[in-house]
Amino acid sequence: MTRVVAAHRETTGVERVFREVYGQAMATLVRVFGDITLAEDAVQEAFVVASDRWRREGIPANPAGWIVTTARNRAIDDLRRSARGRELHEQFGAVASTHQGPGADDWGEDGPVRDDQLRLIFTCCHPALRTEHQVALTLRLLGGLSVDEVARSFLVSESTMAKRLVRAKYKIKAAKIPYRVPAEADLPERLRSVLSVVYLIYNTGVDDPERASLRSEAIRLARALVELMPDEPEAAGLLALMLLSESRVSARTAESALVLLRDQDRTKWDHTMIEEGQAIVRACIRRDQPGPFQLQAAIQAVHCDADSFKATDWPQIVALYDHLFSVMPTPVIALNRAIAIGETEGPGAALTALDAIAPDLDNYHLMHAARGTTLHRLGQRDAAKTAYERAVHLAVTEADRRFLAQQIEDLAEDEALMQHSPSGSTGPSNDGKPR
Amino acid sequence: MSQYLLSTYAVEGEVRGSPETPEEMQKFMERITSLETEMKASGTFVFTGRLHDPDAATVVRSSDGDLVMTDGPFVESKEHIAGFYIINADDLDAALAWAGKVVDAINHPIEVTPFFEMPGA
Repeated sequence: MTRVVAAHRETTGVERVFREVYGQAMATLVRVFGDITLAEDAVQEAFVVASDRWRREGIPANPAGWIVTTARNRAIDDLRRSARGRELHEQFGAVASTHQGPGADDWGEDGPVRDDQLRLIFTCCHPALRTEHQVALTLRLLGGLSVDEVARSFLVSESTMAKRLVRAKYKIKAAKIPYRVPAEADLPERLRSVLSVVYLIYNTGVDDPERASLRSEAIRLARALVELMPDEPEAAGLLALMLLSESRVSARTAESALVLLRDQDRTKWDHTMIEEGQAIVRACIRRDQPGPFQLQAAIQAVHCDADSFKATDWPQIVALYDHLFSVMPTPVIALNRAIAIGETEGPGAALTALDAIAPDLDNYHLMHAARGTTLHRLGQRDAAKTAYERAVHLAVTEADRRFLAQQIEDLAEDEALMQHSPSGSTGPSNDGKPR
Repeated sequence: MSQYLLSTYAVEGEVRGSPETPEEMQKFMERITSLETEMKASGTFVFTGRLHDPDAATVVRSSDGDLVMTDGPFVESKEHIAGFYIINADDLDAALAWAGKVVDAINHPIEVTPFFEMPGA
């Protein structure tokens, strides 16, 4: 943990709890009110009350239940006071009765099918909404990110994102997109968009300590999905993929800079998570209905199996990437495949593969970072520096920028070393050995 | 209960999927009849209509207090509404399921638009 984060710990305690309970509170209040905007306003108002009271009296044992009860009571009081509220009250008499309805005491999960958050995620990920709206809604309503944070994770301005969210919520309300888990027949198709949204949420929380709760939120949602749909191997695949990735989180950064897989201290990996993830992958293999998430999980399982970077079964990894690319031919998968080829066939082959996909990923910092590493291994230091600089320019997180700046420094050190070394003119060895 | 407009879109000059032979026309009519019977039996059906080509349309507008008529559709486009259903449905999923049945029957894309509900109506 950095000094910056530590210094803010006191002030972020309550805010962190807000972030954690936001999605739970929203989901329940959307069910209670049948209206997203009403639920959002009510949660906001409850947070204002909580922020004052919790700082004085401490955080209650069940913060989500506290927020739900407070938000519900306040919203109903507001509704009763306003003319619009009286109108709604007459229209939907049910709203009033919820005031006496289930309180904080019976807060809790009623089994996955009854999970409010699951209902809300199926609403947010409804195919009648465009993907960017699905992800934005899920992050805003379930992940509890601010509009500005959602905007930054999409690389758009706050006002653009605010308009996007307003439009998406307008459509849910105007077109009456239902708030429920879809019928059996529609589940597989509806599940696919939900799974990609959950994975995107997980990835938004990667390498950002301030957003670590997004990752546990994504894993929690995936667990609920697996419970609800035990016959859907892709849901299990997604859960395994996130567990195996999560198991390495504490080894992924050191002093706020990214640590590559090859340099990670593998004793820091969370072996409980690895065992759970690998057990799921083995069950998926037995089931033999491979899909993109299961294959990505299998790749992670191979990585987690190795005691060292060198001991990794790279041919197996390349084979899995080949399979993955055949079912999901995206440039990012081609990029990862190219990096794996660097370990089986050496940096020359990796560079050829990277150059083939470079035009498609020109705005993706990891492509330039991979080219930088590969060019460095080939001894092309000037080209490597250019690639790293482009990567720094495109990088989103501070950890990425720090890591890349370190790579550029390493290049300069190599350069200085070479000038004093008799064999310097031939450059570093390029026998394919990882740096 | 909400109401939805299911607009049937036709593309100018495109006859793909349209019934050509008398047998095809009869099958087409049978599918439509059976669909509308199902809609009526379930309380879904409100209204339906089939429109002439946009060449038959006239635009009326106000200009400095005078009414001005112009020939042709308001929007010059290759795609136009060829017909529509107005249906009752509980929510969008129910409306989309009916839209799917209409697509199966007539083999044209359908746009589903919710009707604005007057507060208190």
